[in-house]
Amino acid sequence: MAKRVGMEVSIAVAEAVRLADADVIAAYPITPQTHIVEHLSELVADGELDAEYICVESEHSAMSACVGSAAVGARTFTATASQGLALMHEVLFIASAMRMPIVMAVANRALSSPLSIWNDHSDVMASRDCGWIQYFVENGQDAFDHILIAFRVAEDRDVLLPVIVNLDGFILSHVIEPHIFLEPEEVARFLPRLKPKYRLDPNHPVTMGDFAMPDLYTETKKAQEEALRNSMTVIKKAWKEFGDLTGRQYSAVETYRTEDAEVVLLTMGALGETASVAVDRMREAGNPVGLVKLRLWRPFPSEDIINAVGSAKTLLIMDRAISFGAGANPVAAEIATLFYDRQTRPKIHNMVFGLGGRDVRDSEFQEVIKRALDGDSGLPPQGKFELIGVRE
Amino acid sequence: MTKPSKPLGWKDIPAGAVALEPGNAAQYHTGDWRSQRPVFTEARCIKCGLCYIFCPDAAIVMGPDGYPELLLDYCKGCGICARECYMSVFGISCFEMVDEEEFH
Repeated sequence: MAKRVGMEVSIAVAEAVRLADADVIAAYPITPQTHIVEHLSELVADGELDAEYICVESEHSAMSACVGSAAVGARTFTATASQGLALMHEVLFIASAMRMPIVMAVANRALSSPLSIWNDHSDVMASRDCGWIQYFVENGQDAFDHILIAFRVAEDRDVLLPVIVNLDGFILSHVIEPHIFLEPEEVARFLPRLKPKYRLDPNHPVTMGDFAMPDLYTETKKAQEEALRNSMTVIKKAWKEFGDLTGRQYSAVETYRTEDAEVVLLTMGALGETASVAVDRMREAGNPVGLVKLRLWRPFPSEDIINAVGSAKTLLIMDRAISFGAGANPVAAEIATLFYDRQTRPKIHNMVFGLGGRDVRDSEFQEVIKRALDGDSGLPPQGKFELIGVRE
Repeated sequence: MTKPSKPLGWKDIPAGAVALEPGNAAQYHTGDWRSQRPVFTEARCIKCGLCYIFCPDAAIVMGPDGYPELLLDYCKGCGICARECYMSVFGISCFEMVDEEEFH
């Protein structure tokens, strides 16, 4: 078994990009993502990674440069967070519609105002319809592995879509965790060099990012939507191949102690680990509770979620962003939609927690679970949500 | 995208809506957006070629006899040729912009 190395998760993410032998990195530093691109710039400057490192003047330029780089067939990486992702917003849609297999790490951080450098999911949720494949990772190993998996999926000729790997800012990006690295030969086997379907080449000219009249735009969007939905096959195949190579098995939705669970928590991202501690403590006290963790956000793994929730009576959905003025917050809204026309479905309650880096303790998860076990007393009804820990 | 004889279905579209044939914009006759068209008077022309240089749509080509030729399939009627024409300084531009309705 490979040696476990203690390392800051951001550095491990950068090391995964080195192992993937990326050709181009175009990035602008922003907290809490900075250590990722800072380490990559050192690797390039020291000659340890043979890549073009493009220092740009903004995230809008970073993503634009990534589109150009991917268009010539170069393996392309960037990273950002919060305002940086917001500044990239329009180019995100162009990258996916042009089918550019860019990989981006997003160290999730709250959006201003008030200015907060700390963690929640409001940045990526504001760009959730950008057409990228989106993972949410839970720990350092998960983050490291998913950079490699993201390149494998993005560049597959049956996919050709950009991929966001979401890792929670600070609570994941800045902690030191044990990582098992892959050998370069293993990476080379898992991740063959990109062979793009179409590339910018003066000897074989094509036009990319073209114009479409109203009689064609609808068809281009249908083709894009099908491509993203169909990427599920390759996403699952890539996890299988990665599992065969490393022994680490991943899936779109993970369950934790959900057997016979009546109350199920649903989380996305690093706080799933805290929630699992809460579930352990509740189970020790004899309570039928479990946890469902969503790793894949786009394409949305509908069937896997329905199977994971099983016959639970109550589903507590933990969002980490407010969709202001909406009928429900992003994760809850989509999951409630899944269950709407099913004969048997759980009661769904939506909580928002951990905004702008507010700590969430396992005792807070336990308190919500207790209310659910106590006949859902005091839980928010459908269409409302509770902002956990907010002071009056 | 190439303008096809039969409208493309979504399965026909190359990944990323890439246009595979260079120069296929020529297949789109964008001149039908025009509300005015330039009418050329050869007798005024000194073959300076300014209209050819300034036309933003490459809808003017220089003919073998040195006079400009209009490609009305692509002319959007912007009027730049009429304004930039060398002879316009004398108030006798080679091009006169005429409402498109006059031709229907």
